[in-house]
Amino acid sequence: MANIKIEIKNLTKIFGAKPKSVLDLVNNGVEKEELLNKHKHILGLHDINLKLEEKNIEVIMGLSGSGKSTLIRHINRLIEPTAGSIIVDGEDVLQMNEQELRNFRQAKTAMVFQKFALMPHHTVIDNAGFGLKMQNKDKDFIQEHAQKWLDRVGLSGFENHYPAQLSGGMQQRVGLARALACDADILMMDEAFSALDPLIRSDMQDLLLELQEELHKTIVFITHDLDEALKIGDKIAILNEGKLVQHGTPQDILLDPADDYVERFVADVNRTRVLLAKSIMNDEKPQDTTQSVTVLETETVDTVLHTLLSEDGSYVIVEDDKGKKVGYIDKETLAETVYQMESQDKPDAA
Amino acid sequence: MEFLEEFPAIGRVALRDLKKTIDGGFREFTRTYGEDIEGFFDPLLQFMVWFEKLLLATPWPLILLVIGGLAWLGSRSIKITVGSVLSFVVIGYFGMWEDLMSTLAIITVATFLCILLGIPLGILMARSNRAQAMITPVLDIMQTIPAFVYLIPVVMLLGIGKVPGLIAVIIYAIPPIVRLTNLGIRLVDKEALEAADAFGASHMQKLLGVQIPLALPNIFAGVNQTIMMALSMVVIASMIGVAGLGVPVLRAISNQYLALGLMNGLAIVALAIIFDRVSQQYGHRIQKHRQGQGHG
Repeated sequence: MANIKIEIKNLTKIFGAKPKSVLDLVNNGVEKEELLNKHKHILGLHDINLKLEEKNIEVIMGLSGSGKSTLIRHINRLIEPTAGSIIVDGEDVLQMNEQELRNFRQAKTAMVFQKFALMPHHTVIDNAGFGLKMQNKDKDFIQEHAQKWLDRVGLSGFENHYPAQLSGGMQQRVGLARALACDADILMMDEAFSALDPLIRSDMQDLLLELQEELHKTIVFITHDLDEALKIGDKIAILNEGKLVQHGTPQDILLDPADDYVERFVADVNRTRVLLAKSIMNDEKPQDTTQSVTVLETETVDTVLHTLLSEDGSYVIVEDDKGKKVGYIDKETLAETVYQMESQDKPDAA
Repeated sequence: MEFLEEFPAIGRVALRDLKKTIDGGFREFTRTYGEDIEGFFDPLLQFMVWFEKLLLATPWPLILLVIGGLAWLGSRSIKITVGSVLSFVVIGYFGMWEDLMSTLAIITVATFLCILLGIPLGILMARSNRAQAMITPVLDIMQTIPAFVYLIPVVMLLGIGKVPGLIAVIIYAIPPIVRLTNLGIRLVDKEALEAADAFGASHMQKLLGVQIPLALPNIFAGVNQTIMMALSMVVIASMIGVAGLGVPVLRAISNQYLALGLMNGLAIVALAIIFDRVSQQYGHRIQKHRQGQGHG
């Protein structure tokens, strides 16, 4: 198993005048509504335990009010928890004093915001270098790195523009360049693409995946959009009403939803695009072995189906990335999987 | 029924004693500390005298050149620059050049001091709700109390002259810049501040790099208002011995000289308009980044 980069333990956040005074009530099982109506406190997060792996894209998903933005702000302590601890690289973030916390934020974390949060009075290149400036790096260093990351996110030529002169998508590219220029291990993205048009959002997701392939950062990505979560997430944590409902790979979430809430959440997803060959393969070699086709275990079911049909095979051999056989998929399984999925996709039509 | 007809007051004797005690106390205070306080303000007085002399000794074409240059630097508008120089020429032509220079001197010093004191006070108010709760009522008093009322203790302490006049002007003119600095900083976009926090900015970096630059339009509106209010105090300041355009106005009031009052009054108005237009243009210019100018 990969290294754990961020560990969140028993994290509880209560908003209100005297959060500590009602903490015991919450621990003894007082529900959110009762806490609000009787005790005038809002339960933001309740007893979250989450281990986020190094070099993964860890998506935290939930609808508005589920506490996802509150949760991400605990990682760099923009919000102080009521109880619990946050361990990053073995260090407890909550034990840091002001100076240590600043150093931690500068060195370990960088953040991209939903509404960009650029500095309107700085040019694009100064915005991209903002994080480095906070670290008191010298001018040439800032200039060089800001320029490098602006080029990398496709904003060459816009260095001397002001944010207000750019479109939303371009502004968020500046936000991304600003975060990446800091060269921090952890990239925190708070609904970073939610404010963008669908096409631009898709471009930005591709850009992020492309960058991640070479950068291997630990990315904590907040979203309310399941398709986005499934597209970019190595792992997905689902929050509901301040509680962690499920944490697992997209496959886990689709094939084995933890409760009704997750099940309803994933009901409308086109699974053939998410499920992988390895999650539907089995060990037995099929009887009809006239014509085999070979796919990688990490290919999606719709790709497998496409390969099988276009090469007119009778069964599928699944290999890992080293070319070793790891399993088989016969036509029946594939047909059943697709049919079952389609029927789940459109329950009315079935 | 006597109780209802007459308000139950403290009584004439008691009231007189109270007033006497207060007056006596303050007089005592003046006697004890008056000289020290005067000494404290002496460098300021020296500076004001020097500055006024400098303005008066400078050849008038040079002053016009400097005024034109400053107006151009501030506004980048030919209209405003020419208008400023022309106003000065007309005021000078009607024999008010020396008074104009004196007024210019006190307004400049007063504005400078208001900025120097007002912006830090505004920052303090923005950072602490308690400071805001304490300073706001003081500002309310400063803005509403009749100027003559605070002139009494100031004159008792420092006598008649430039420094008490300057203090009177500052008391009246400083509230807007304090208020608008406070407001401007409090209105700074929370998200920009959160971003600064997330990237590990220190308090100083946040203040100088984010809060003040983003509050600048408001701070500048404060500077503008402060200048306007300082100008409106010119006549009252002249009552306690500040030279300038206010003196002839005062003389015109007591002698019913219509033309004299009108000319000097209009000169003050012209000065106000010049200051206002130049500082407003400058304010607009420093927030150019707020307007999107399309792509490309």
